[in-house]
Amino acid sequence: MIGRAFDLFSRRLDGPLMATLALIVALGATVIYSATGGASVGRVLDQMRNLAIAFAALWLLAQVHPQVLMRLALPLYATGVALLVGVALFGDVRNGARRWLNLGFATVQPSEIMKIAMPLMLAWYFHRQEQGLRWKDYFVAGLLLAIPAALIARQPDLGTAILVFASGFFVIFLAGLSWKILGTLAVAGGASLPFLWGMLHDYQRQRIWTLLDPMQDPLGAGYHIIQSTIAIGSGGILGKGWLNGTQAQLDFLPERHTDFIFAVFGEEFGLVGNVLLVLLYVLLIGRGLMIAANASTVFARLTAGAITLTFFTYAFVNMGMVTGILPVVGVPLPMISYGGTALLSILAGFGILMSISTHKQLVQS
Amino acid sequence: MSIAFGQTLRDQQRELTVFRSRLFLAGLGMLVGFGLLLARFTWLQVFQQEYYHTLAEANRISVVPVVPNRGLILDRNGQVLAANYSAYTLEVTPSKVADLERAIDDLETVMEVSPRDRRRFKKLQEESKNFESLPIRTRLTEEEVARFAVNRFRFPGFEIKARLFRSYPQGEIASHAIGYIGRINDADVKRIEAAGFTTNYKGTDHIGKLGIEGAYERELHGATGSERVEVDAGGRAIRSLSRSEPASGNNLVVTLDLELQKVAEAAFQDYRGALVALDPKTGDVLALVSKPGFDPNLFVDGIDPQNWDTLNNSPARPLNNRALRGQYPPGSTIKPFMALAALEYKKRTPEFTISDPGFFSLAGVTHRWRDWKKEGHGSVNLHRSLVISCDTYYYQLAVDLGVDAIHDYLSRFGLGERTGIDIEGELPGLAPSQSWKWNRFKQKWYAGDTVSIGIGQGYMLATPLQLAAMTATLANGGTPVHPRLLKAVQNARTLEVTSVDSALGEKIAIKPEHLELVRSAMVGVTSAGGTAVKAGAGASYTIAGKTGTAQVVGMKQDQKYDASKLREEHRDHALFIAFAPADDPRLAMALLVENGGSGSGTAAPIAREVFDFFLLGKRPAVKQALDPDT
Repeated sequence: MIGRAFDLFSRRLDGPLMATLALIVALGATVIYSATGGASVGRVLDQMRNLAIAFAALWLLAQVHPQVLMRLALPLYATGVALLVGVALFGDVRNGARRWLNLGFATVQPSEIMKIAMPLMLAWYFHRQEQGLRWKDYFVAGLLLAIPAALIARQPDLGTAILVFASGFFVIFLAGLSWKILGTLAVAGGASLPFLWGMLHDYQRQRIWTLLDPMQDPLGAGYHIIQSTIAIGSGGILGKGWLNGTQAQLDFLPERHTDFIFAVFGEEFGLVGNVLLVLLYVLLIGRGLMIAANASTVFARLTAGAITLTFFTYAFVNMGMVTGILPVVGVPLPMISYGGTALLSILAGFGILMSISTHKQLVQS
Repeated sequence: MSIAFGQTLRDQQRELTVFRSRLFLAGLGMLVGFGLLLARFTWLQVFQQEYYHTLAEANRISVVPVVPNRGLILDRNGQVLAANYSAYTLEVTPSKVADLERAIDDLETVMEVSPRDRRRFKKLQEESKNFESLPIRTRLTEEEVARFAVNRFRFPGFEIKARLFRSYPQGEIASHAIGYIGRINDADVKRIEAAGFTTNYKGTDHIGKLGIEGAYERELHGATGSERVEVDAGGRAIRSLSRSEPASGNNLVVTLDLELQKVAEAAFQDYRGALVALDPKTGDVLALVSKPGFDPNLFVDGIDPQNWDTLNNSPARPLNNRALRGQYPPGSTIKPFMALAALEYKKRTPEFTISDPGFFSLAGVTHRWRDWKKEGHGSVNLHRSLVISCDTYYYQLAVDLGVDAIHDYLSRFGLGERTGIDIEGELPGLAPSQSWKWNRFKQKWYAGDTVSIGIGQGYMLATPLQLAAMTATLANGGTPVHPRLLKAVQNARTLEVTSVDSALGEKIAIKPEHLELVRSAMVGVTSAGGTAVKAGAGASYTIAGKTGTAQVVGMKQDQKYDASKLREEHRDHALFIAFAPADDPRLAMALLVENGGSGSGTAAPIAREVFDFFLLGKRPAVKQALDPDT
């Protein structure tokens, strides 16, 4: 009886993915406990609640048939863009950025919706081109990608803009945009850098300068990078041990339970811990790529591929910025950093992956 | 199932192939990306680990100085003159507070901040750098500490600290000898650097400024220890890692006798002046009075501008150490030494007698040098010249000796040279000579200049300390004393006491009979018929003394000195030198009462009270303040 109920519950879940996710999430709770002072479980319990909600979303999405998801792509995307426009016009300003929209009953951050809506939308768009993909389709896809990404970047929220842009870009890349055009775009992108530089906010420019030379401003913008690099470097091969990181426990690391949690992890668990975490991420991404490779429809495989690679982008950008090889943009370490919003969109993504993975036999076209 | 309809339909197989190859590339990209990160981790955590470990340790470990306890200052009988107490202070680092004025206003909701605290803080702030932690309130009560602790979050940059404070339990008593400590200023920092003590003064805020506190700073300060403390990013100490204890400063036993000092100070009542009492055998300073004094406690937490102005601008100049820095004409107190010079240089015999008409005149000079007694003293020999303080006798004697001989002889007793007392600020006085006048004024010495030198006027100047040392030398039979305040040093840890040897000069060869002549004349001064009969009347021991009066303003030839008609600050200074018991002196002293009128009227009675207490343990009865006119 219980066995049957479990079967029903886990029918749409992917075993290897679930196991790896559970391991990473457990690691995350351990580090959050340490990063919040190691004296109270308050933040850990909060994060447990976030996890419960996010896993519920994962389970729900896993039950939804990819064809239903496909039908949801356009409305979700349209809603997301409408809300982003709403944010630009009526959004609340917090910490100097306009990211939140008060809907009367709830305050939402529409850019998070785009993390899911963007790959769904583009995958759906490419899926319905029955005559095969022509340059015009890539152009339209490019517009569909650029508009929300630009709106988010303007908020400004560089981290989310990068992730949304990446999720869309991966769809276009996987759909087979020719190398010639990719090359041309790369050159054009390089040429437009000075123009983009002019569009950046002062604090964003400062962050890039600081990345190039953190010692320029050791007590200001460079402080984060310097302290996180010290934390990780001083962790050595084996780490200082859980709850024993001096940089973490003595408040030298700012934002240490959110964006900079990897510094706490690296300090307390050392190179060994870092390698383990990267391995877990590789397992997760490898499994995601397998699901994408075996997906049965254009929509399914593009969605699965893009979600998986976006997850990689998350991890890479965060670890890169905390170790001082990428600029500090607000990207959390997936499933480790404290916080519910990013967790929700990440696990929702994995829910979609699982849906694609478990529904493929039924949609042989 | 779709049916192939030529090229217009999508080539599913080709798209899948492209997708899979792209996916494969992306997978490779992922591995390269993570590979890059792992390379970075390895670089930081393996190759650079030592470097970052050092930085992390530097972050978390702070070496803080542990300030030693300052040595105590005790009087010769172990009475405490300067001590330490621990108290809470509220300190603020101005650079960490955005709006200091408002923050202090807010602070008043938590504890009282008096206008004096504010003024004092403002003065401190002007004198310090704004990253220094400065006390805004000192001596917090337990309740204030608790109340602030609760409200602490409202006051960033403010911090409660437990500190050792200096206290001077005797208040104004002996303030000029003890001195005081004050906050280290720029000049102090330079001196500390020059002496190479910068490390030892880390964490020390105060330094001895004057008196014993200033002169024996090195003994009193001690050796600073250090503590390695784990701190958090806010600089708060979390725990101690290791500690090297500081070595407390040495305790100093000074030569002062606190009870004697109290009696001497009380004897001055409201008069300004100075008194120095020495042990004639050793040069120990048993009492050192400079009136008015000041309360050294005012300086400890930084003096507020109002008190500072009062002390600094008062016409009575309480901060001036008159005993060391007051240079006065010695007046008739110089006469015993002149008499001795006359005998030693064979310019006078004890029997030689003059007939005093009440004035002295020099051939070819119209000016008449008047005796203090207009009608003159009649026939006067050496003994009587001292007992009644005949001026005419000494006018003539000075001329007969000549200024250079006077200079030479008095110099042996130390006139015109610093006594070398072991606190700073002493002035040398002046024993004039022909060459001195030439060097100083490029003027020739006139015969007339010599005349008033005979009665300790003219160019001659002495400090009360100098007069006391000279008196002690006379009392001990001619061995020059070098007054000193430090008696012994006690190691604060081992409690081992090291005595300081007294420094005595080379004995001046004086014929014993000459000494005896002067001594008996000085006893006569305090006996019936002498000028200081008030000092000796009814004493069970004999006092050898000499009164003196130093003019503050010059008198015209025929003008009569009438104290009641002069403004107080133009009245004469009263002087008295004495030692007792005359046959075996245990105490030698010199004292000066500014604008006190005559030595016999105001100065001698003070000396008597001091002798009575020192020799008999007799305390003076509590008196009404005397009107200086009566």
